[in-house]
Amino acid sequence: MADDKDVLRDVWFGRIPTCFTLNPDEVTEREAEPYYLLLPRVSYLPLVTDKVKKHFLKVMRTEDVEEMWFEHEGTPLKWHYPIGVLFDFHASNTVLPWSITVHFKNFPDVDLLHCPTNSMVEAHFMSSIKEADALKHKSQVVNDMQKKDHKQLWMGLQNDKFDQFWAMNRKLMEYPTEEGGFRYIPFRIYQTTNDRPFIQRLFRPVSTEGNPHTLFDLLKEMCPDALTKDGEEKRFQVVIHGIEPLLETPLQWLSEHLSHPDNFLHICIIPAPTD
Amino acid sequence: MPASLLWAVDVHGRVYSLSSAGQQWELGRDAPMEFKRVTAAQQCCWSLGCDSSIYLNVFASDLPVRYKEETYENQRWNPVDGFSERLLPSDRWQWSDVTGLQQQPLHSFQLPSSSWEWEGDWYVDENFEGEPTEKEGWTYSIDFPSTYTKDKKWNSCVRRRRWIRYRRYKAMDTWAKIPSQPMSLPDPFSDISCGGWEISEEPGDRLSLWVVSLQGKVWFREGICHHNPEGSSWEEVPLPGEVVQISCGPGDLVWAVLWEGKLIVREGITRDCPRGLSWAVVECPSPEVGAIHVSVGNGVVWAVTKDNKVWFRRGVNSHNPCGSGWISMVGEMIMISVGLHDQVWAIGCEDRAVYFRQGVTSSELSGKTWRAISAPRDGERSHSSASSQQSAGRFFSGDVQAQSVVSDADSDVEKGSADGAIFTTPEPSLGSPTEPPSNPAVDAPKARIPKVTSDSFISELVSDRDQGKPLKDVPSVTPAVLEEEVIPADGEEIQLCAEEALLSTESRGGPQWSNVDLEEAQTGAVLDLAETCSLSSVTTFTLTLEDGAEEHPMWAWVSGEGCSVDSSSQLNWFSSSANTTSVTQSVQSMSLSISPAQTAAWRRQIFEQLSERSRREMDDFKHYEQAIEQYLHAFINEVTILVPVLNDSKHTFAIYTDERTKQRWPIRVAAATELEMYDWLALLSVSCCESRGIQGPPSKQAIWSITCKGDIFVSEPSPALEAVPYPTPCDQMFWRQVGGHLRMGECNSAGIVWGIGYDHTAWVYTGGYGGGFFQGLASSTDNIYTQTDVKSVYIYENQRWNPVSGYTSRGLPTDRYMWSNASGLRECTKTGTRPPSPHWTWISDWAVDYSVSGGTDREGWQYAADFPASFHGYKTMKDFVRRRRWARKCKLTTTGPWQEIPPIPLIDVTVLPCGAQSSVDTIPLWAISSKGDVLCRLGVSAKTPAGSSWLHVGTDQPFKSISIGAAGQVWAIARDGSAFHRGSVSPQNPAGDCWYHIPSPAKQKLKQVSVGRTSICTVDENGNLWYRQGVTPSYPQGSSWDHVSNNVRKVSMGPLDQIWIIADKVQGSQSLSCGTVCHRLGVQPVDPKGQQWDYGIGGGWDHITVRGNAMEPPRIGLLSQKDTAPPTSSSPLPIGIAEPNGTAVC
Repeated sequence: MADDKDVLRDVWFGRIPTCFTLNPDEVTEREAEPYYLLLPRVSYLPLVTDKVKKHFLKVMRTEDVEEMWFEHEGTPLKWHYPIGVLFDFHASNTVLPWSITVHFKNFPDVDLLHCPTNSMVEAHFMSSIKEADALKHKSQVVNDMQKKDHKQLWMGLQNDKFDQFWAMNRKLMEYPTEEGGFRYIPFRIYQTTNDRPFIQRLFRPVSTEGNPHTLFDLLKEMCPDALTKDGEEKRFQVVIHGIEPLLETPLQWLSEHLSHPDNFLHICIIPAPTD
Repeated sequence: MPASLLWAVDVHGRVYSLSSAGQQWELGRDAPMEFKRVTAAQQCCWSLGCDSSIYLNVFASDLPVRYKEETYENQRWNPVDGFSERLLPSDRWQWSDVTGLQQQPLHSFQLPSSSWEWEGDWYVDENFEGEPTEKEGWTYSIDFPSTYTKDKKWNSCVRRRRWIRYRRYKAMDTWAKIPSQPMSLPDPFSDISCGGWEISEEPGDRLSLWVVSLQGKVWFREGICHHNPEGSSWEEVPLPGEVVQISCGPGDLVWAVLWEGKLIVREGITRDCPRGLSWAVVECPSPEVGAIHVSVGNGVVWAVTKDNKVWFRRGVNSHNPCGSGWISMVGEMIMISVGLHDQVWAIGCEDRAVYFRQGVTSSELSGKTWRAISAPRDGERSHSSASSQQSAGRFFSGDVQAQSVVSDADSDVEKGSADGAIFTTPEPSLGSPTEPPSNPAVDAPKARIPKVTSDSFISELVSDRDQGKPLKDVPSVTPAVLEEEVIPADGEEIQLCAEEALLSTESRGGPQWSNVDLEEAQTGAVLDLAETCSLSSVTTFTLTLEDGAEEHPMWAWVSGEGCSVDSSSQLNWFSSSANTTSVTQSVQSMSLSISPAQTAAWRRQIFEQLSERSRREMDDFKHYEQAIEQYLHAFINEVTILVPVLNDSKHTFAIYTDERTKQRWPIRVAAATELEMYDWLALLSVSCCESRGIQGPPSKQAIWSITCKGDIFVSEPSPALEAVPYPTPCDQMFWRQVGGHLRMGECNSAGIVWGIGYDHTAWVYTGGYGGGFFQGLASSTDNIYTQTDVKSVYIYENQRWNPVSGYTSRGLPTDRYMWSNASGLRECTKTGTRPPSPHWTWISDWAVDYSVSGGTDREGWQYAADFPASFHGYKTMKDFVRRRRWARKCKLTTTGPWQEIPPIPLIDVTVLPCGAQSSVDTIPLWAISSKGDVLCRLGVSAKTPAGSSWLHVGTDQPFKSISIGAAGQVWAIARDGSAFHRGSVSPQNPAGDCWYHIPSPAKQKLKQVSVGRTSICTVDENGNLWYRQGVTPSYPQGSSWDHVSNNVRKVSMGPLDQIWIIADKVQGSQSLSCGTVCHRLGVQPVDPKGQQWDYGIGGGWDHITVRGNAMEPPRIGLLSQKDTAPPTSSSPLPIGIAEPNGTAVC
């Protein structure tokens, strides 16, 4: 039987095969070949697309190049969501490789945040970690860390160093045993049926009676529609890291093992495939 | 650690010494008379003769004690005579000291005592601030006093020149009487103690000698220093009472015993005031008996009371010289001597044997047990075995037992139980002291059982109890049992315990307690003895004990102040070689992560789905490129060097290939533990060597280099390394590490390699390989020895002046840290600063360092207008900040193929680069001592690389660098930055005859020299490399200095005239490396300065020596190239330097 640690590795080393194609409207000097890449699920697009940019810039004139952005089947991809979340939410049941269109102009200011440098990503990533720790430990753990410890988390993610990242992230995942879990579970639920970007509310890992909350308890509270009622056909999939955990899975365990590096448990609720 | 001597006087007044490496006491045969007491330093020994005079024995050294007398001859110009000795009435004396205030004609100089002799006659100094003067040595000025120049100008009205004459201390290795002072002759002396050498700037430079007169007065000997070993005069030190005995530690501790048994402590002893300021009184351990003897070390005080009990003073240090409390120790002694490293010797009260305190470490200053030194005296070898066994066995075992009982009793008290069962531990066989010494065979071996007892435990137990409380009711009953007891808070309980112990054993009728009776019976006798001692403590033993002395030596006095041993030393002083090296096997704890049976459905689901996800999303796309590059790699056969990079938090090593050397961007590999790191290093190192077919010791041609961490690397040169025009690129050289720790080294092509450690210790290469962390196959089985090194860590205390409170540690918000490193950028506190790496351990406390360039005031402060600025050693109106440097020594112990060459510490060494014809031919080797003396080593050959002895070569000023060329040409750099050439050095006259002064390049102070086959290169303090132009066999001094390059830290010239340097900064494509090995390209007979630099390994390299590489490059390449394809040979641009960092050097 595998160890829980292997889950962390599997989560970290999850890769999505991706095919980047240049938007045909872009002006090029010659035809651009598609570019194939394995994208880490837990990373962010700006961190892993240097090669993509380099590849397409070869065929572009510099004056035609503005900020690069990505789109999948007409939907602009938000760089500040983890890549795995973008894929699960937008492309779960499509054919691999994931097809992403690369744009260099007409940046959709309404849909996307600008990302001039990777330090934007770092700031976003660190603020997510801090927010998560505020929920988990009243920020005590993250505040006790030194600047270099924060840097270690970020560098671990940026350079895809599992050990480096987890040597530090371990501390963020600790909790007093007598309390049975974090203060609140940092989670975000993404739904296709809703205009809100995601649901994020306070939710404890243990019920007032002392029973561990499960994924089911969370969904019942946050979006009961996502649950399949008795006798009803399954309408929605609850996807985390490309898998559908059983609803009886304890929420605390999920938070410890299936959170993204930003320490949030990203849950995608997507329509079940019809056939 | 070099051998040093333990001194002792037996009851007949004969002086013996015991070497820390020896096995028997050597009689000092040339003693003019019987001695009462001796006190030794490392370089000399003082003694008190039976005539109550003081004698000095300066140990012979290859380095003579010389003193330079100098006087100035002053002249004034007048229109009639020109310059003449007719001076104006207001002028200085015609012969004067440098200030002109003191009249000093040549004939006024007298030898201070009969122990001195003149080296030669007076002569004129023709060297003026590093520049040679005109023949007569005159320097000119407008008027006295003023600045002088060596050139005569139109307005030069006065001139002066310096006369020099050396005198030499000749009474080496003999007992020379210190002449008594005619005027205030102190009355006869009764005690003597020397120490204080560690409070001076250079250890061993200055010595404090304290003596006690029969009338109880204390005298301090003024002016004892290296070049004046006898000192100059006696100064009386005022006292609060009559002193019977005094002890001076190596640092600033001085304690004395008053006649009535109290102790006094000298306070206010500093570098500027070695005599101290005042006395403080310390109550003796037991007021009823009073102290009779005291001995102090660096941070410890041991005392003996009149009842022969031994006491240890807790909490003694420089800041609190009085300490905080007494701890009673086991053993009955008549005197105690604390030596270097706070090691302790004593003379037993009953048997008069010399005991050594075992297990004294910096963390456990009170040690563990007494152990009798059983070395035979010289001349009694015939029955040495019997006597040694006897003395080892006697009395000693009794101590062990008593001690063990006490410790048990203590623990019993601690636990608050009175369980008698605990007293059953002593085995009957240990109680053998009641047996007569006629049974040594049984006795001796048991006595040597190194029983670990609990002094340390006691010191923990009694943290700070009221010292005024006497041990009134305790020792009267069972003194022997409780002698190690600390003054008890509740004596009754302990007494109860002791009695119960007696009862319980008596009831068992075991013989093991009979020693209690014995000790009691002895007490009376001992007290008598003590009485005698106290009244006339200096009389030597009468001959009534002659009989006993025949059986085993009866000692009266021991002095360990000059004996450098510590708890880890291997001593052969004890009759059996009880080797205590404990083989500690480090067993790595295996942490097995055992996962519990995790059978929950939800968990299984997640595992399965994750695997399924991996299959789905990744299996078919393995050929896709990874978005983030993961793996660094280096092929084993491309690795050029593995460098350990150890600091407090990380155990890493760097891997270089030639490409990575170019980039200055190694792969850094971290390991979880130091052990693991060294495992990896050793494994990888073996693999790298194997892939290159390198094994065994380095060859004679090997190139040696040393990093700033003291790690030693060696590279086997390929024949093409010095080829012109296509040499092997420097970055392709393969370096492997050799065990040991050095600061610099020098080799030659006969395989002679010498090194110098950070503590200036000289080491010679033994021909082995490995050591350090290299074990097994990577290390030779023999020729590996322990090597130690000591260096200082410096931190700075910074302060800013404010109008309210003066200088305080409150700086401006923009200021540097108030405790910082030299640059001020990093905070370095006393408590937070750690040794450079885990290999180093502290061996001293923080102390103000006065030897800072720029000078300091009396408290070590240097002043400046603001941070950062140049500091000066005195305060002016404009100075708003000050700083002072604190130093703390740390020590490293490792192993390597190196053997120590005691005793003279060196700062530079050089060997003739070429090999000799046969292995017994002597090879010239020169060195500079840490004091700047030039030395020539005799007896060095390929067979005996260590040589035999030093020959001192006189100089007029201290030197700092030296080098000898292939033809025996010797060049040296003096401390004033000028160069010297030694004339007429030949095999017949290995030390040559005289120095020729070579001025340094204009406005530059030279700091290092290296001589190859014919080329001579020097480096100045601004990093310029200079080549000596115009050197011919008939004119070996050459004509001028040619600039070769800047950015140079050090140069090494080889026997092929190849030039290698350590460059200051080299820019690679990825990063900058400081301290880089560079090779001069294009060096040919027609172009000895070469063309440009090729860059090799770098990043913290400190030293290189290429003087072993005499391999001529293959000529074929050059010829065939000329034959076949003459390329565009206008500028022979060698390959391998096409990197974009060519601007960094030159």
